[in-house]
Amino acid sequence: MKVLVPVKRVIDYNVKVRVKADGTGVDLANVKMSMNPFDEIAVEEAIRLKEKGQAEEIVAVSIGVKQAQETLRTALAMGADRAILIVVSDDIHQDIEPLAVAKLLKAVVDEEQPGLVLAGKQAIDNDMNATGQMLAALLGWAQGTFASKLEIEGDHAVVTREVDGGLQTIKVKMPAIVTVDLRLNEPRYASLPNIMKAKKKPLDEKTPADYGVDITPRLTVVKTVEPRERQAGIKVGSVDELIAKLKDEAGVL
Amino acid sequence: MAVLLLAEVTNGELQRDATAKAVTAVKGLGEVTVLCVGAHAKAAAEAAATIDGVAKVLCAEDPRYGHRLAEPTAALIVSLADGYEHIAAPATTDAKNVMPRVAALLDAMVITDVVGVVDAVTFERPIYAGNAIQTVQTTDARKVMTIRTSTFEAAGDGAAAPVEAVAPADDPGLSSWVEDSAAASDRPELTSAGVIVSGGRGVGSEENFRMIESLADKLGAAVGASRAAVDSGYAPNDWQVGQTGKVVAPELYIAVGISGAIQHLAGMKDSKVIVAINKDEEAPIFQVADYGLVADLFDAVPELIEKL
Repeated sequence: MKVLVPVKRVIDYNVKVRVKADGTGVDLANVKMSMNPFDEIAVEEAIRLKEKGQAEEIVAVSIGVKQAQETLRTALAMGADRAILIVVSDDIHQDIEPLAVAKLLKAVVDEEQPGLVLAGKQAIDNDMNATGQMLAALLGWAQGTFASKLEIEGDHAVVTREVDGGLQTIKVKMPAIVTVDLRLNEPRYASLPNIMKAKKKPLDEKTPADYGVDITPRLTVVKTVEPRERQAGIKVGSVDELIAKLKDEAGVL
Repeated sequence: MAVLLLAEVTNGELQRDATAKAVTAVKGLGEVTVLCVGAHAKAAAEAAATIDGVAKVLCAEDPRYGHRLAEPTAALIVSLADGYEHIAAPATTDAKNVMPRVAALLDAMVITDVVGVVDAVTFERPIYAGNAIQTVQTTDARKVMTIRTSTFEAAGDGAAAPVEAVAPADDPGLSSWVEDSAAASDRPELTSAGVIVSGGRGVGSEENFRMIESLADKLGAAVGASRAAVDSGYAPNDWQVGQTGKVVAPELYIAVGISGAIQHLAGMKDSKVIVAINKDEEAPIFQVADYGLVADLFDAVPELIEKL
Protein backbone atom coordinates (compact mmCIF):
# COMPACT_ATOMS: atom_id res chain seq x y z
CA MET A 1 0.00 0.00 0.00
CA LYS A 2 1.12 3.51 -0.81
CA VAL A 3 0.46 6.23 1.79
CA LEU A 4 0.12 9.87 0.82
CA VAL A 5 0.88 12.45 3.52
CA PRO A 6 0.11 16.14 2.87
CA VAL A 7 2.32 18.47 4.93
CA LYS A 8 2.04 22.22 5.40
CA ARG A 9 4.70 24.81 6.14
CA VAL A 10 3.39 27.01 8.95
CA ILE A 11 4.70 29.43 11.53
CA ASP A 12 6.56 27.49 14.24
CA TYR A 13 4.23 26.78 17.13
CA ASN A 14 6.61 28.43 19.61
CA VAL A 15 6.67 31.76 17.78
CA LYS A 16 4.58 34.60 19.14
CA VAL A 17 2.15 35.63 16.42
CA ARG A 18 2.08 39.30 15.41
CA VAL A 19 -0.74 40.85 13.44
CA LYS A 20 0.49 43.23 10.72
CA ALA A 21 -0.22 46.87 11.44
CA ASP A 22 -2.11 47.32 8.16
CA GLY A 23 -4.55 44.56 9.15
CA THR A 24 -3.84 42.40 6.09
CA GLY A 25 -2.79 39.37 8.09
CA VAL A 26 -0.15 37.89 10.37
CA ASP A 27 3.49 38.86 9.81
CA LEU A 28 5.42 35.88 8.46
CA ALA A 29 8.52 37.71 7.19
CA ASN A 30 11.73 36.51 8.90
CA VAL A 31 9.75 34.24 11.22
CA LYS A 32 10.74 30.65 12.01
CA MET A 33 8.61 28.25 9.96
CA SER A 34 8.15 24.54 10.63
CA MET A 35 6.04 21.59 9.61
CA ASN A 36 2.49 21.84 10.96
CA PRO A 37 2.63 19.77 14.21
CA PHE A 38 -0.42 17.67 13.27
CA ASP A 39 1.22 16.82 9.93
CA GLU A 40 4.35 15.62 11.76
CA ILE A 41 2.12 13.14 13.58
CA ALA A 42 0.70 12.01 10.23
CA VAL A 43 4.19 11.47 8.79
CA GLU A 44 5.18 9.51 11.91
CA GLU A 45 2.10 7.30 11.63
CA ALA A 46 2.85 6.57 7.98
CA ILE A 47 6.41 5.58 8.90
CA ARG A 48 5.09 3.27 11.64
CA LEU A 49 2.78 1.59 9.10
CA LYS A 50 5.79 1.05 6.86
CA GLU A 51 7.83 -0.35 9.75
CA LYS A 52 4.98 -2.77 10.50
CA GLY A 53 5.03 -3.89 6.87
CA GLN A 54 1.57 -2.42 6.14
CA ALA A 55 2.82 0.34 3.84
CA GLU A 56 5.39 0.07 1.06
CA GLU A 57 5.88 3.65 0.05
CA ILE A 58 5.30 7.04 1.69
CA VAL A 59 4.80 10.07 -0.54
CA ALA A 60 4.81 13.50 1.13
CA VAL A 61 3.03 16.37 -0.66
CA SER A 62 3.17 20.06 0.10
CA ILE A 63 1.20 22.87 -1.49
CA GLY A 64 2.50 26.38 -1.01
CA VAL A 65 5.56 28.47 -1.66
CA LYS A 66 8.89 27.16 -2.94
CA GLN A 67 10.32 27.28 0.60
CA ALA A 68 7.99 24.39 1.48
CA GLN A 69 10.81 22.26 0.04
CA GLU A 70 12.33 22.47 3.54
CA THR A 71 9.16 21.04 5.06
CA LEU A 72 9.25 18.19 2.56
CA ARG A 73 12.93 17.54 3.30
CA THR A 74 11.97 17.21 6.95
CA ALA A 75 9.34 14.62 6.02
CA LEU A 76 11.91 12.80 3.90
CA ALA A 77 14.45 12.89 6.75
CA MET A 78 11.85 11.41 9.10
CA GLY A 79 11.32 8.53 6.68
CA ALA A 80 9.10 9.47 3.72
CA ASP A 81 10.35 7.99 0.43
CA ARG A 82 9.71 10.82 -2.01
CA ALA A 83 8.06 14.18 -2.20
CA ILE A 84 5.90 16.33 -4.43
CA LEU A 85 5.82 20.11 -4.12
CA ILE A 86 3.04 22.03 -5.82
CA VAL A 87 4.16 25.65 -6.00
CA VAL A 88 1.06 27.82 -5.97
CA SER A 89 2.46 31.20 -5.06
CA ASP A 90 5.67 33.11 -4.48
CA ASP A 91 4.06 35.23 -1.78
CA ILE A 92 4.67 33.74 1.69
CA HIS A 93 1.57 35.54 3.00
CA GLN A 94 -0.74 33.85 0.48
CA ASP A 95 -2.62 31.06 2.25
CA ILE A 96 -4.25 28.50 -0.02
CA GLU A 97 -7.80 27.60 0.97
CA PRO A 98 -8.60 24.03 2.03
CA LEU A 99 -11.02 23.62 -0.91
CA ALA A 100 -8.25 24.44 -3.40
CA VAL A 101 -5.78 22.27 -1.48
CA ALA A 102 -8.27 19.40 -1.51
CA LYS A 103 -8.75 19.76 -5.30
CA LEU A 104 -4.99 19.67 -5.88
CA LEU A 105 -4.62 16.69 -3.54
CA LYS A 106 -7.41 14.91 -5.38
CA ALA A 107 -5.44 15.33 -8.60
CA VAL A 108 -2.34 13.90 -6.89
CA VAL A 109 -4.38 10.99 -5.51
CA ASP A 110 -5.79 10.26 -8.99
CA GLU A 111 -2.21 10.05 -10.27
CA GLU A 112 -0.57 8.24 -7.36
CA GLN A 113 -3.45 5.91 -6.36
CA PRO A 114 -2.54 5.63 -2.66
CA GLY A 115 -4.46 3.23 -0.40
CA LEU A 116 -4.49 5.74 2.43
CA VAL A 117 -4.14 9.48 2.88
CA LEU A 118 -2.89 10.47 6.35
CA ALA A 119 -3.30 14.16 7.10
CA GLY A 120 -3.12 16.46 10.11
CA LYS A 121 -6.56 17.36 11.45
CA GLN A 122 -5.88 21.07 11.09
CA ALA A 123 -3.12 23.53 10.31
CA ILE A 124 -2.18 25.79 13.20
CA ASP A 125 -2.23 28.90 11.01
CA ASN A 126 -5.75 29.16 9.54
CA ASP A 127 -7.15 26.60 12.03
CA MET A 128 -9.74 25.61 9.42
CA ASN A 129 -9.88 21.85 10.15
CA ALA A 130 -11.31 21.09 6.71
CA THR A 131 -8.84 19.77 4.13
CA GLY A 132 -9.08 16.06 4.97
CA GLN A 133 -12.87 16.07 5.05
CA MET A 134 -13.04 18.03 1.79
CA LEU A 135 -10.60 15.67 0.05
CA ALA A 136 -12.66 12.69 1.23
CA ALA A 137 -15.79 14.32 -0.24
CA LEU A 138 -14.15 15.06 -3.61
CA LEU A 139 -12.83 11.49 -3.88
CA GLY A 140 -16.02 9.89 -2.56
CA TRP A 141 -13.92 8.11 0.07
CA ALA A 142 -14.58 7.33 3.70
CA GLN A 143 -13.12 9.65 6.33
CA GLY A 144 -11.84 8.91 9.81
CA THR A 145 -11.14 12.27 11.40
CA PHE A 146 -9.37 13.29 14.65
CA ALA A 147 -7.74 9.86 15.01
CA SER A 148 -6.03 8.86 18.24
CA LYS A 149 -5.59 5.24 17.15
CA LEU A 150 -5.33 3.58 13.74
CA GLU A 151 -5.29 -0.11 12.84
CA ILE A 152 -5.26 -1.41 9.28
CA GLU A 153 -7.24 -4.65 8.95
CA GLY A 154 -7.25 -5.90 5.37
CA ASP A 155 -9.46 -3.65 3.25
CA HIS A 156 -10.65 -1.66 6.27
CA ALA A 157 -9.12 0.70 8.79
CA VAL A 158 -10.30 0.84 12.37
CA VAL A 159 -10.07 4.42 13.57
CA THR A 160 -10.56 5.63 17.14
CA ARG A 161 -11.65 9.25 17.07
CA GLU A 162 -11.40 12.03 19.64
CA VAL A 163 -14.94 13.40 19.92
CA ASP A 164 -16.90 15.57 22.36
CA GLY A 165 -17.59 13.42 25.38
CA GLY A 166 -15.03 10.68 24.76
CA LEU A 167 -13.86 8.38 21.99
CA GLN A 168 -15.67 6.90 19.02
CA THR A 169 -14.33 3.92 17.12
CA ILE A 170 -15.39 3.44 13.50
CA LYS A 171 -14.45 1.14 10.69
CA VAL A 172 -13.77 2.78 7.33
CA LYS A 173 -13.49 1.16 3.94
CA MET A 174 -10.11 1.63 2.22
CA PRO A 175 -8.95 3.64 0.40
CA ALA A 176 -9.68 6.23 3.03
CA ILE A 177 -8.65 9.59 4.47
CA VAL A 178 -7.56 9.61 8.09
CA THR A 179 -6.88 12.91 9.85
CA VAL A 180 -4.78 12.69 12.96
CA ASP A 181 -5.11 14.21 16.42
CA LEU A 182 -2.41 14.95 18.98
CA ARG A 183 -2.45 11.73 20.95
CA LEU A 184 -1.95 9.33 18.04
CA ASN A 185 1.83 9.17 18.47
CA GLU A 186 4.94 11.13 19.32
CA PRO A 187 6.84 12.04 16.15
CA ARG A 188 10.51 11.09 15.94
CA TYR A 189 13.36 13.49 15.35
CA ALA A 190 15.27 13.03 12.14
CA SER A 191 18.83 11.81 12.74
CA LEU A 192 21.74 13.57 11.08
CA PRO A 193 22.51 10.66 8.70
CA ASN A 194 18.84 10.61 7.71
CA ILE A 195 18.86 14.37 7.11
CA MET A 196 21.83 13.84 4.77
CA LYS A 197 20.11 10.94 3.02
CA ALA A 198 16.94 13.00 2.61
CA LYS A 199 18.80 15.43 0.39
CA LYS A 200 19.16 12.70 -2.20
CA LYS A 201 15.55 11.52 -2.12
CA PRO A 202 13.39 12.58 -5.10
CA LEU A 203 11.40 15.81 -4.83
CA ASP A 204 9.21 16.70 -7.83
CA GLU A 205 8.07 20.25 -8.42
CA LYS A 206 4.70 20.93 -9.99
CA THR A 207 2.24 23.77 -10.52
CA PRO A 208 -1.59 23.82 -10.29
CA ALA A 209 -1.62 24.13 -14.10
CA ASP A 210 0.07 20.71 -14.34
CA TYR A 211 -3.05 19.29 -12.73
CA GLY A 212 -5.52 21.66 -14.41
CA VAL A 213 -6.91 22.79 -11.08
CA ASP A 214 -8.45 26.24 -10.51
CA ILE A 215 -7.31 27.56 -7.14
CA THR A 216 -9.06 30.94 -7.21
CA PRO A 217 -9.92 31.77 -3.59
CA ARG A 218 -13.56 31.87 -2.51
CA LEU A 219 -12.87 33.96 0.56
CA THR A 220 -11.45 37.47 0.64
CA VAL A 221 -9.73 38.59 3.81
CA VAL A 222 -11.30 41.92 4.75
CA LYS A 223 -9.13 42.48 7.81
CA THR A 224 -7.11 40.78 10.51
CA VAL A 225 -7.03 42.20 14.01
CA GLU A 226 -5.62 41.34 17.43
CA PRO A 227 -8.18 39.74 19.72
CA ARG A 228 -9.72 41.86 22.45
CA GLU A 229 -7.28 41.97 25.36
CA ARG A 230 -8.56 40.94 28.74
CA GLN A 231 -7.54 43.15 31.66
CA ALA A 232 -5.76 41.53 34.58
CA GLY A 233 -7.77 41.74 37.78
CA ILE A 234 -6.56 41.71 41.36
CA LYS A 235 -4.60 39.37 43.58
CA VAL A 236 -6.31 38.11 46.69
CA GLY A 237 -4.39 37.20 49.83
CA SER A 238 -6.30 34.16 51.04
CA VAL A 239 -8.92 31.56 50.28
CA ASP A 240 -11.35 33.44 52.55
CA GLU A 241 -10.85 36.63 50.62
CA LEU A 242 -11.30 34.76 47.33
CA ILE A 243 -14.62 33.26 48.46
CA ALA A 244 -15.80 36.66 49.71
CA LYS A 245 -14.93 38.36 46.40
CA LEU A 246 -16.65 35.66 44.34
CA LYS A 247 -19.77 35.91 46.49
CA ASP A 248 -20.09 39.64 47.03
CA GLU A 249 -18.24 41.34 44.19
CA ALA A 250 -18.55 38.94 41.25
CA GLY A 251 -21.78 37.32 42.40
CA VAL A 252 -20.87 33.96 40.87
CA LEU A 253 -21.09 31.79 44.00
CA MET B 1 -32.63 33.94 2.27
CA ALA B 2 -33.11 30.81 4.31
CA VAL B 3 -30.83 29.03 6.75
CA LEU B 4 -30.54 25.28 7.29
CA LEU B 5 -29.07 24.61 10.74
CA LEU B 6 -27.85 21.15 11.70
CA ALA B 7 -28.84 20.59 15.33
CA GLU B 8 -26.47 18.82 17.70
CA VAL B 9 -28.19 15.54 18.54
CA THR B 10 -26.38 12.98 20.69
CA ASN B 11 -27.95 9.53 21.09
CA GLY B 12 -31.38 10.92 20.30
CA GLU B 13 -31.12 13.85 22.66
CA LEU B 14 -30.98 17.48 21.54
CA GLN B 15 -27.97 19.39 22.83
CA ARG B 16 -30.13 22.43 23.35
CA ASP B 17 -27.44 24.82 24.57
CA ALA B 18 -25.13 24.38 21.55
CA THR B 19 -28.04 24.38 19.10
CA ALA B 20 -29.74 27.43 20.63
CA LYS B 21 -26.48 29.40 20.58
CA ALA B 22 -26.05 28.61 16.89
CA VAL B 23 -29.65 29.76 16.29
CA THR B 24 -28.75 33.14 17.82
CA ALA B 25 -25.75 33.41 15.50
CA VAL B 26 -27.67 32.72 12.28
CA LYS B 27 -31.20 34.03 12.83
CA GLY B 28 -30.36 37.45 11.36
CA LEU B 29 -29.49 35.74 8.06
CA GLY B 30 -32.97 34.47 7.24
CA GLU B 31 -35.69 32.06 8.25
CA VAL B 32 -34.09 29.24 10.26
CA THR B 33 -34.93 25.60 9.55
CA VAL B 34 -33.34 23.19 12.01
CA LEU B 35 -32.40 19.67 10.91
CA CYS B 36 -32.35 16.90 13.52
CA VAL B 37 -30.59 13.73 12.42
CA GLY B 38 -30.32 10.44 14.27
CA ALA B 39 -31.48 6.85 14.66
CA HIS B 40 -33.90 8.49 17.09
CA ALA B 41 -34.50 12.14 16.39
CA LYS B 42 -38.22 12.81 16.96
CA ALA B 43 -37.84 13.89 20.59
CA ALA B 44 -34.88 16.07 19.65
CA ALA B 45 -36.91 17.61 16.82
CA GLU B 46 -39.84 18.39 19.16
CA ALA B 47 -37.36 20.02 21.56
CA ALA B 48 -35.62 22.02 18.81
CA ALA B 49 -39.02 23.30 17.64
CA THR B 50 -39.38 25.27 20.88
CA ILE B 51 -36.14 27.26 20.45
CA ASP B 52 -37.07 30.89 19.84
CA GLY B 53 -36.31 31.93 16.26
CA VAL B 54 -36.78 28.49 14.71
CA ALA B 55 -39.34 28.56 11.87
CA LYS B 56 -39.41 24.88 11.02
CA VAL B 57 -37.77 21.61 12.04
CA LEU B 58 -36.85 18.78 9.70
CA CYS B 59 -36.49 15.37 11.30
CA ALA B 60 -34.44 12.65 9.60
CA GLU B 61 -34.83 9.53 11.68
CA ASP B 62 -33.20 6.40 10.37
CA PRO B 63 -30.83 3.72 11.71
CA ARG B 64 -28.14 4.82 9.23
CA TYR B 65 -27.83 8.10 11.16
CA GLY B 66 -27.35 6.39 14.52
CA HIS B 67 -23.77 7.47 15.06
CA ARG B 68 -23.60 10.58 12.94
CA LEU B 69 -21.14 9.03 10.51
CA ALA B 70 -19.83 11.73 8.19
CA GLU B 71 -20.66 10.18 4.82
CA PRO B 72 -24.42 9.47 5.21
CA THR B 73 -24.99 12.65 7.25
CA ALA B 74 -23.25 14.82 4.65
CA ALA B 75 -25.19 13.09 1.84
CA LEU B 76 -28.46 13.88 3.66
CA ILE B 77 -27.61 17.56 4.14
CA VAL B 78 -26.63 17.90 0.48
CA SER B 79 -29.93 16.29 -0.56
CA LEU B 80 -31.79 18.97 1.42
CA ALA B 81 -29.58 21.92 0.47
CA ASP B 82 -31.76 23.38 -2.32
CA GLY B 83 -33.31 26.67 -1.33
CA TYR B 84 -30.94 27.43 1.53
CA GLU B 85 -28.34 30.13 1.15
CA HIS B 86 -26.65 29.31 4.46
CA ILE B 87 -25.99 25.87 5.91
CA ALA B 88 -24.68 26.04 9.45
CA ALA B 89 -24.02 23.96 12.56
CA PRO B 90 -22.61 24.52 16.04
CA ALA B 91 -18.85 23.78 15.91
CA THR B 92 -18.94 20.48 17.78
CA THR B 93 -16.66 17.60 16.81
CA ASP B 94 -19.61 16.06 14.94
CA ALA B 95 -20.15 19.17 12.85
CA LYS B 96 -16.41 19.69 12.29
CA ASN B 97 -16.41 16.18 10.86
CA VAL B 98 -19.46 16.63 8.62
CA MET B 99 -19.65 20.26 7.46
CA PRO B 100 -16.39 20.51 5.46
CA ARG B 101 -17.53 17.38 3.62
CA VAL B 102 -20.87 19.05 2.89
CA ALA B 103 -19.11 22.18 1.65
CA ALA B 104 -16.83 20.29 -0.72
CA LEU B 105 -19.79 18.32 -2.13
CA LEU B 106 -21.46 21.69 -2.83
CA ASP B 107 -18.20 23.16 -4.22
CA ALA B 108 -18.14 25.79 -1.48
CA MET B 109 -15.37 26.81 0.89
CA VAL B 110 -16.37 26.03 4.46
CA ILE B 111 -16.04 28.80 7.06
CA THR B 112 -15.33 27.18 10.41
CA ASP B 113 -15.54 28.44 14.00
CA VAL B 114 -17.45 31.63 13.18
CA VAL B 115 -17.40 34.03 16.15
CA GLY B 116 -19.14 36.95 14.46
CA VAL B 117 -21.74 37.34 11.72
CA VAL B 118 -21.25 40.76 10.07
CA ASP B 119 -23.68 40.28 7.17
CA ALA B 120 -24.87 37.52 4.86
CA VAL B 121 -21.43 37.10 3.26
CA THR B 122 -19.05 38.44 5.91
CA PHE B 123 -17.92 36.50 8.95
CA GLU B 124 -15.32 36.73 11.72
CA ARG B 125 -13.27 33.74 12.81
CA PRO B 126 -10.21 33.17 14.99
CA ILE B 127 -6.92 32.09 13.41
CA TYR B 128 -3.51 31.21 14.88
CA ALA B 129 -4.98 29.68 18.05
CA GLY B 130 -7.07 32.76 18.70
CA ASN B 131 -4.10 35.13 18.44
CA ALA B 132 -5.82 36.96 15.60
CA ILE B 133 -9.38 37.45 14.45
CA GLN B 134 -9.93 37.48 10.72
CA THR B 135 -12.89 38.93 8.87
CA VAL B 136 -13.59 37.07 5.64
CA GLN B 137 -16.04 37.66 2.84
CA THR B 138 -17.24 34.76 0.74
CA THR B 139 -18.13 34.71 -2.94
CA ASP B 140 -19.78 31.28 -2.70
CA ALA B 141 -23.47 31.22 -3.58
CA ARG B 142 -24.01 28.74 -0.77
CA LYS B 143 -22.32 29.45 2.53
CA VAL B 144 -21.41 26.48 4.70
CA MET B 145 -20.19 27.26 8.19
CA THR B 146 -19.75 26.14 11.76
CA ILE B 147 -20.48 28.44 14.70
CA ARG B 148 -18.24 28.69 17.75
CA THR B 149 -20.98 28.58 20.35
CA SER B 150 -19.06 30.12 23.26
CA THR B 151 -19.40 33.60 21.77
CA PHE B 152 -23.19 33.61 21.38
CA GLU B 153 -25.98 33.65 23.97
CA ALA B 154 -28.43 30.77 23.71
CA ALA B 155 -31.79 31.65 22.13
CA GLY B 156 -34.68 31.35 24.57
CA ASP B 157 -37.91 29.38 24.34
CA GLY B 158 -40.56 30.19 21.75
CA ALA B 159 -43.81 28.85 20.38
CA ALA B 160 -43.42 25.35 18.92
CA ALA B 161 -42.52 25.43 15.24
CA PRO B 162 -43.86 22.74 12.87
CA VAL B 163 -41.88 19.50 12.61
CA GLU B 164 -41.67 17.69 9.29
CA ALA B 165 -40.19 14.25 8.65
CA VAL B 166 -37.72 14.00 5.78
CA ALA B 167 -36.69 10.90 3.88
CA PRO B 168 -33.17 9.56 4.38
CA ALA B 169 -30.67 10.00 1.56
CA ASP B 170 -28.67 7.20 -0.06
CA ASP B 171 -25.98 5.92 2.27
CA PRO B 172 -22.62 5.61 0.50
CA GLY B 173 -21.89 2.73 2.92
CA LEU B 174 -18.24 3.63 3.41
CA SER B 175 -18.00 3.42 7.17
CA SER B 176 -19.59 1.72 10.14
CA TRP B 177 -19.72 2.35 13.85
CA VAL B 178 -17.81 0.03 16.19
CA GLU B 179 -18.09 1.51 19.69
CA ASP B 180 -18.23 4.62 21.83
CA SER B 181 -16.21 4.87 24.97
CA ALA B 182 -17.87 7.79 26.62
CA ALA B 183 -16.79 8.77 30.05
CA ALA B 184 -19.99 8.33 32.08
CA SER B 185 -20.39 11.32 34.31
CA ASP B 186 -23.06 13.18 36.26
CA ARG B 187 -21.17 16.42 35.82
CA PRO B 188 -22.38 19.08 33.42
CA GLU B 189 -21.06 19.06 29.88
CA LEU B 190 -17.89 21.12 29.53
CA THR B 191 -19.00 23.47 26.74
CA SER B 192 -22.33 24.37 28.39
CA ALA B 193 -21.34 24.35 32.09
CA GLY B 194 -21.87 27.50 34.15
CA VAL B 195 -18.81 26.77 36.27
CA ILE B 196 -15.61 24.96 35.25
CA VAL B 197 -12.71 23.89 37.45
CA SER B 198 -9.60 23.11 35.40
CA GLY B 199 -6.32 21.56 36.44
CA GLY B 200 -2.91 21.92 34.82
CA ARG B 201 0.51 20.37 34.98
CA GLY B 202 0.91 21.77 38.51
CA VAL B 203 -1.63 19.24 39.76
CA GLY B 204 1.12 16.67 39.37
CA SER B 205 -0.64 13.34 38.93
CA GLU B 206 -3.83 11.53 37.99
CA GLU B 207 -4.46 10.82 41.71
CA ASN B 208 -4.09 14.49 42.60
CA PHE B 209 -6.55 15.36 39.86
CA ARG B 210 -9.32 13.86 42.05
CA MET B 211 -8.90 16.96 44.20
CA ILE B 212 -9.82 19.11 41.18
CA GLU B 213 -12.81 16.84 40.61
CA SER B 214 -13.89 17.18 44.26
CA LEU B 215 -13.79 20.96 44.00
CA ALA B 216 -15.79 20.77 40.78
CA ASP B 217 -18.39 18.49 42.40
CA LYS B 218 -18.68 20.86 45.34
CA LEU B 219 -19.53 23.66 42.89
CA GLY B 220 -21.67 21.55 40.54
CA ALA B 221 -19.04 22.33 37.94
CA ALA B 222 -17.55 20.60 34.91
CA VAL B 223 -13.91 19.52 35.04
CA GLY B 224 -11.40 20.82 32.53
CA ALA B 225 -7.69 20.33 31.97
CA SER B 226 -4.86 22.05 30.19
CA ARG B 227 -3.13 20.34 27.30
CA ALA B 228 -0.06 19.88 29.52
CA ALA B 229 -2.18 17.95 32.03
CA VAL B 230 -3.69 15.83 29.26
CA ASP B 231 -0.29 15.16 27.67
CA SER B 232 1.05 14.12 31.08
CA GLY B 233 -1.78 11.61 31.42
CA TYR B 234 -3.44 13.31 34.42
CA ALA B 235 -6.76 13.82 32.63
CA PRO B 236 -8.59 12.44 29.59
CA ASN B 237 -8.42 14.38 26.33
CA ASP B 238 -12.12 15.21 26.23
CA TRP B 239 -11.52 17.43 29.27
CA GLN B 240 -9.00 19.50 27.37
CA VAL B 241 -9.71 23.22 27.24
CA GLY B 242 -7.79 25.21 24.65
CA GLN B 243 -7.30 25.73 20.96
CA THR B 244 -6.69 22.01 20.40
CA GLY B 245 -9.45 21.04 22.83
CA LYS B 246 -12.72 22.72 23.73
CA VAL B 247 -13.47 26.42 23.73
CA VAL B 248 -15.53 27.41 26.76
CA ALA B 249 -17.04 30.57 28.22
CA PRO B 250 -18.64 29.77 31.59
CA GLU B 251 -19.77 32.28 34.23
CA LEU B 252 -16.89 31.16 36.43
CA TYR B 253 -13.64 29.49 35.37
CA ILE B 254 -11.23 28.34 38.07
CA ALA B 255 -7.73 27.53 36.76
CA VAL B 256 -5.71 25.48 39.21
CA GLY B 257 -1.99 24.86 38.63
CA ILE B 258 -2.30 26.15 35.07
CA SER B 259 0.48 28.45 33.89
CA GLY B 260 -1.60 29.94 31.07
CA ALA B 261 -0.03 28.94 27.76
CA ILE B 262 -1.45 30.86 24.77
CA GLN B 263 -3.16 27.76 23.51
CA HIS B 264 -5.00 27.29 26.83
CA LEU B 265 -5.99 30.96 27.08
CA ALA B 266 -7.47 30.71 23.59
CA GLY B 267 -9.95 28.20 24.97
CA MET B 268 -11.16 30.05 28.08
CA LYS B 269 -10.46 33.76 27.94
CA ASP B 270 -14.07 34.60 27.10
CA SER B 271 -15.19 33.27 30.51
CA LYS B 272 -17.10 35.89 32.52
CA VAL B 273 -15.03 35.55 35.72
CA ILE B 274 -11.63 33.87 35.81
CA VAL B 275 -9.93 32.70 39.01
CA ALA B 276 -6.32 31.52 38.96
CA ILE B 277 -4.62 29.57 41.72
CA ASN B 278 -0.91 29.11 41.11
CA LYS B 279 2.17 29.24 43.28
CA ASP B 280 4.16 30.98 40.55
CA GLU B 281 3.41 34.67 40.86
CA GLU B 282 4.75 35.28 37.35
CA ALA B 283 2.45 32.74 35.65
CA PRO B 284 0.79 34.30 32.56
CA ILE B 285 -2.62 33.04 33.74
CA PHE B 286 -2.66 35.93 36.25
CA GLN B 287 -2.70 38.39 33.34
CA VAL B 288 -6.19 37.27 32.37
CA ALA B 289 -7.51 36.35 35.82
CA ASP B 290 -10.03 38.58 37.59
CA TYR B 291 -8.99 37.07 40.90
CA GLY B 292 -5.56 35.58 41.38
CA LEU B 293 -4.44 33.63 44.42
CA VAL B 294 -0.72 33.01 44.68
CA ALA B 295 -0.68 29.85 46.75
CA ASP B 296 0.25 26.19 46.79
CA LEU B 297 -2.75 24.47 45.25
CA PHE B 298 -2.37 21.56 47.66
CA ASP B 299 -3.19 23.97 50.50
CA ALA B 300 -5.64 26.23 48.71
CA VAL B 301 -7.87 23.65 47.00
CA PRO B 302 -8.62 21.55 50.13
CA GLU B 303 -9.31 24.78 52.02
CA LEU B 304 -11.69 25.92 49.26
CA ILE B 305 -13.50 22.57 49.29
CA GLU B 306 -13.90 22.81 53.06
CA LYS B 307 -15.09 26.41 53.15
CA LEU B 308 -17.46 26.49 50.19
